[in-house]
Amino acid sequence: MTFSPSALDLARFQFAFTVSFHIIFPAISIGLASFLMVLEGAWLKTRRDVYREMYFFWSKVFALSFGLGVVSGVVMSYQFGTNWAGFADYAGAVTGPLLTYEVLTAFFLEAGFLGIMLFGWRKVSPKAHFGATIMVALGTLISMFWILSSNSWMQTPQGVSIQDGRIVPEDWWQIVFNPSFPYRLAHMGLAAFLVAALIVCAGSAWHLLRKGARESVRRAFSLSLWALLVLAPLQIVVGDAHGLNTLKYQPAKIAAIEGLWETHEDGTPLNLFGIPDMAREETRYALEVPRLGSLILTHSWDGKIEGLKSFAPEDRPNSTIVFWSFRIMVGLGMLMLLLALLGAVLRRRRRLYEARWFLRFAVAMGPSGLIALLAGWVTTEVGRQPWVVYGLMRTADGVGPVSAQQLGTSLLLFVVVYFAVFGGGIYYMLRLLGKGPQPVVDGDPRPLPPPALEHDPLAAALGHRNATS
Amino acid sequence: MTIDLPTVWALVIALGVLIYVVLDGFDLGIGLLYPLFPREHDRQLMMHSVAPVWDGNETWMVLGGAGLYAAFPSVYGGLLSATYLPLVLMLCGLIFRGAAFELRAKAQRTRHAWDVAFMGGSALATFCQGMVLGTLLQGIPMSAGRYAGNGMEWLSPFSLFCGLGLCVTYACLGCGWLIGKTEGDLQRKLYALIRPLAVLLLGVIAVVTVWTMLAQPQVAARWFDKDNFFYFLPVPALLVLAVAMIFRASKRGLDRQPFAGAIAIVFLGFSGLMLSIFPYILPGSLDIWQASSPRSSQAFALVGVVLVLPVILAYTALSYWVFRGKVSTDGGYH
Repeated sequence: MTFSPSALDLARFQFAFTVSFHIIFPAISIGLASFLMVLEGAWLKTRRDVYREMYFFWSKVFALSFGLGVVSGVVMSYQFGTNWAGFADYAGAVTGPLLTYEVLTAFFLEAGFLGIMLFGWRKVSPKAHFGATIMVALGTLISMFWILSSNSWMQTPQGVSIQDGRIVPEDWWQIVFNPSFPYRLAHMGLAAFLVAALIVCAGSAWHLLRKGARESVRRAFSLSLWALLVLAPLQIVVGDAHGLNTLKYQPAKIAAIEGLWETHEDGTPLNLFGIPDMAREETRYALEVPRLGSLILTHSWDGKIEGLKSFAPEDRPNSTIVFWSFRIMVGLGMLMLLLALLGAVLRRRRRLYEARWFLRFAVAMGPSGLIALLAGWVTTEVGRQPWVVYGLMRTADGVGPVSAQQLGTSLLLFVVVYFAVFGGGIYYMLRLLGKGPQPVVDGDPRPLPPPALEHDPLAAALGHRNATS
Repeated sequence: MTIDLPTVWALVIALGVLIYVVLDGFDLGIGLLYPLFPREHDRQLMMHSVAPVWDGNETWMVLGGAGLYAAFPSVYGGLLSATYLPLVLMLCGLIFRGAAFELRAKAQRTRHAWDVAFMGGSALATFCQGMVLGTLLQGIPMSAGRYAGNGMEWLSPFSLFCGLGLCVTYACLGCGWLIGKTEGDLQRKLYALIRPLAVLLLGVIAVVTVWTMLAQPQVAARWFDKDNFFYFLPVPALLVLAVAMIFRASKRGLDRQPFAGAIAIVFLGFSGLMLSIFPYILPGSLDIWQASSPRSSQAFALVGVVLVLPVILAYTALSYWVFRGKVSTDGGYH
């Protein structure tokens, strides 16, 4: 099989590559910003140093992910014009204003108050500083609101007419609050909180495993497990509601997720595992559970679900990919629930900080939020193909007049730059997590500088223990 | 009476771009001046002077892009298609430089590499922005509202010169900013530096102006029109005055005037450009009315601008106020 990518393939691959890198950082920032807001609020109320120590430590992780989110996000906002000029031309009248609102109401808010949040401890009063933290957290949430509104509108467009081959907005209320928006917003918001909770959980468990962990580590571990106990079951409920909504508006996506080819009149089975084969129009090695598909997706024993064969072959999304990406997301979600429940049991037995097998499990689950998020994103984005604006514009018509050569060159550049910069960024983030929180000195709101000689996280952690014990 | 939305949007975008050029201009300029200050102490001061604000500065570029996308989508598509490679390189430069802000302080063995990323990224981003501006000024081939060029128009002597010209502009702004934020030895070096930079900048503006007029007779015709000429005449006169102000300030050790002078030069140069091309948004091919998005889009987005932009300006000012005064090396949070 030869591979000679077209401009469309390259543009799609470039978008997938850059958005996958980008989405990691905002997801961490959204969750951590709210966490920081809670921590600083707790500090103002109780004035206990442990909260301030937690705040300083996690604000450094936040700053790093925020910075990397900003630089990778700028690339995204320009890609609509550079690679997808056809899409910008056709749908820009809707997506342009939504992006403008995101910049106006979110980007500036975050950027304007981030400086005060990170560098302003000795420049403004504690209450004013808390205000800045709230503004940054609010900014991350508003940003998510607009970007998901835009994405949801592309999945379930309404409120527009088409004039001279271009989309013209008619009713902005309908555009912003389109049918899939509430579900997507809740699902993504919870996912971002889960991502952050799992990172806090894993980072703290890592230090608990090394013994001599500070009070701020234990507190963070405990808080993150409470958060998981609330978020994980809630996410399953919201995910289920999102599924019902998708079945209503994007039935082909559901059929592809389920690897379902035939339309069953009396109850649809669920394919637990299998390999959907797009060419042979069947799911090979399928492991079926009768009627379970209907039960999950329609909440009734004999609900009807359209199979992929009901759609013309050129209108079918790739089932092989979304079948598996969906199962990765759901499987990790179940493991998150397990982690939260085990945590609750151990907490009752007062062994939360001692059970080493559990701490190791928590460390291993650190990246699971991000992996599930990416898998979910693949499911929803690949599942809406071949449409870029669902039912209105095909992805193939969205590419601009840029040549495959230019796209190939830029793709190569982005791959090299992303691996260098974001690889470096992720390395420093892990090193920072490995270093752990440092004690705060009274009267000086800044954390102590780390000992000058220690370069690696392990030595820093050990050296730090010697210094304080 | 209905509001002429395209004109309002053209003004909003022009204002956004001007604010961007001044604000991100001075912090990119710091990256351009970096190689001249190899001492770690100086570099830390330079970094700390912008660390709390650079992120907000860069947001103005995203506003310019998003505003263009919302209000003049065909210009957005045309300009971005015509300047594809410079834009991609600019983004790469901004990535390296933005990451360097965070990572430089966290790195120990690789700090030198992040210094290089900061300098190189700033220079690359600035040079590419200048080339994009040059490509826009020399005109982008369009037909039926869509880009119709070969993707290489940006590679012309004029746009390359504009790339260098913008480097001088940002270096001058950065130098002026740093004079206001520093003292002692470092400040003395900066005072000595800003005089040649200001003169060079004046030369750059003169060359770009004459070059544009020679290449595009309609621009020359507009400037030398009997009625316009006297209205436009203050622009070059005020430019010379601004340079004189910088010279005077650097001789007397006044530490705010150099930055004010540099901003004045940029403002005047920018106004000159606007006067040359308005109401065209792509010189020679599209005016602002032809390029407009549907009225419903422009109106919807404008509501946000009117309500939110004053608030943004207020808290941006607040943020600069909080971090006013001279910068010190212990100002970081790292």
